[in-house]
Amino acid sequence: MSCILATAASEFRIAFRNRWVLIATGMMVLFALVLAAAGSAPTGDVDVDRLSVTVASLTSLAVYLVPLLALLMSFDAVAGEVERGTLPLLLTYPVSRLQILLGKLLAHLAILALAVTLGYGAALVMAVWSDPGAIQGIGSMVRLIWSSVLLGATFLGAGYALSALAQRPSGAAGLAVALWLVAVVLYDLALLALIVTDGGSVFTTRALPVALLANPADAFRVFNLSAGQAVAVAGGIGGAAGAIPLWQSAASLFVWPLLAITLALAAFRKVTP
Amino acid sequence: MTPTLTISRLTKCFQSVEALKQVSLALQPGKRAALLGHNGAGKSTMMKIILGLIPFDSGEVSVCGEAPGSAAARMQVAYLPENVAFHPALTGEEQISHYLSLRGENPRIAPQLLARVGLAHAARRRIGTYSKGMRQRVGLAQSLIGRPRLLVLDEPTSGLDPVSRRDFYDLLDGLSADGTAILLSSHVLTEVEARTDSILILSGGQLVAEGTLADLRAQAALPITLLVRPEEGRATSLAAVFPEATIGSDGMLRFSCPQADKLPLLASITALGPEVADLDVIPPSLEDIYSHFSRRDGQ
Repeated sequence: MSCILATAASEFRIAFRNRWVLIATGMMVLFALVLAAAGSAPTGDVDVDRLSVTVASLTSLAVYLVPLLALLMSFDAVAGEVERGTLPLLLTYPVSRLQILLGKLLAHLAILALAVTLGYGAALVMAVWSDPGAIQGIGSMVRLIWSSVLLGATFLGAGYALSALAQRPSGAAGLAVALWLVAVVLYDLALLALIVTDGGSVFTTRALPVALLANPADAFRVFNLSAGQAVAVAGGIGGAAGAIPLWQSAASLFVWPLLAITLALAAFRKVTP
Repeated sequence: MTPTLTISRLTKCFQSVEALKQVSLALQPGKRAALLGHNGAGKSTMMKIILGLIPFDSGEVSVCGEAPGSAAARMQVAYLPENVAFHPALTGEEQISHYLSLRGENPRIAPQLLARVGLAHAARRRIGTYSKGMRQRVGLAQSLIGRPRLLVLDEPTSGLDPVSRRDFYDLLDGLSADGTAILLSSHVLTEVEARTDSILILSGGQLVAEGTLADLRAQAALPITLLVRPEEGRATSLAAVFPEATIGSDGMLRFSCPQADKLPLLASITALGPEVADLDVIPPSLEDIYSHFSRRDGQ
């Protein structure tokens, strides 16, 4: 455990020096504030509290931004050590590869948690400031924070796996961008296209829920939208959220990080310095 | 005494290339062995196998009685890689503290360790600003953590100035006196000659020579060179007596003779008395011995 904490402390320091903490936090706060400001216009006729609407918009934001931040922080984790030539020495220390990965994960998760808490917090302050009654939606805000951290953990693990597979930072960066595009953007587009062509029969009722749960980003969206009863204001793919039981999307959120870290460890074990 | 490091019949192939062929050696506690060999002779490969960084094909390796790379072995082995690198964003002190924590030691003693290698003044500067020699010292400092029983040093003195090299070997002397076995590779033969107990020469993946410098000198049986300066005007008469000698442009007579013939030759030269002004005996240098062994394989 002390090995994990020491690695995490060192990684956090490096991320801080490389301005990653600042960049991640700045990005989240900026986007959250923009959304909170923009989202305040069309809410007059919706029968939910102000904060739930903000949470729904933040969910759509987080689906894109959290995986992106996680991949940006993680793609260098193994490949960077290989390129700098620091890996052989590290691996002669009495520390296991799992401990190294968990140490990095802990540091990166801490940064991500800080960034989303400050970002969402800024949006919360804005929502409550203009409508004090909005504070009753605080539960959905807390849920959004911890589920964002879980979503981040999944993509951090995936980033480590790609980093170990590529073994070169440039290659790992390319793979990370590809993964983000496929998992977060193209996947949803493909689903939408299928729904449209299918016209609401077999696919939409049977396969769509499974397809949404199989993608951590969609599971995150479905979980937050259905838990927050904000499905009505969400629309799009989120509209399908009502059909999926809450425990299923929650399970997907918890299982994916474990799966991603297992993958990362398997890829890291194959790296010979 | 059980050896700290035992290697028997170790073989390692990279695809079709045999990097190490049937290498066997043992290193006792407190002994300092120098691993010599041309580039690509297998020195770094052997070190990485001892550290458990890469697998091997056949043979046996035992490090402090454990399998190489096992948690128990890694606790007792320290390594200094060739061209050691660290994260440039960390300071020397932070980097050493991290390594101390990984070995379960108190991270607060980092400044003392850095002071031991002469880096106290730069401990709080980022490693990115360090010179190569300073990075090498950070590498050295991390290899001193936790009293290792085996030190594996890959070209440890590269990038160090002569004074730092001497300090470095003084540090090693202290460690070996405490029972640490040291395996180091180097290209600087003169320092290896003076500061190690035995020499191992790898050539083309094979251990072609092993022993103290005196052993190797006897094994190689290289000829000794005698340089004779004749008195003025006696060069031609001397050359007539010793047709086997060659006369250099400087007027010196150069003899090359096997070790066994040295004394009789010396006697016959000194018997000439006033003809000879001066005489030098030049034993084969470490370079000569080294190239003798590493060339045997057609390298």
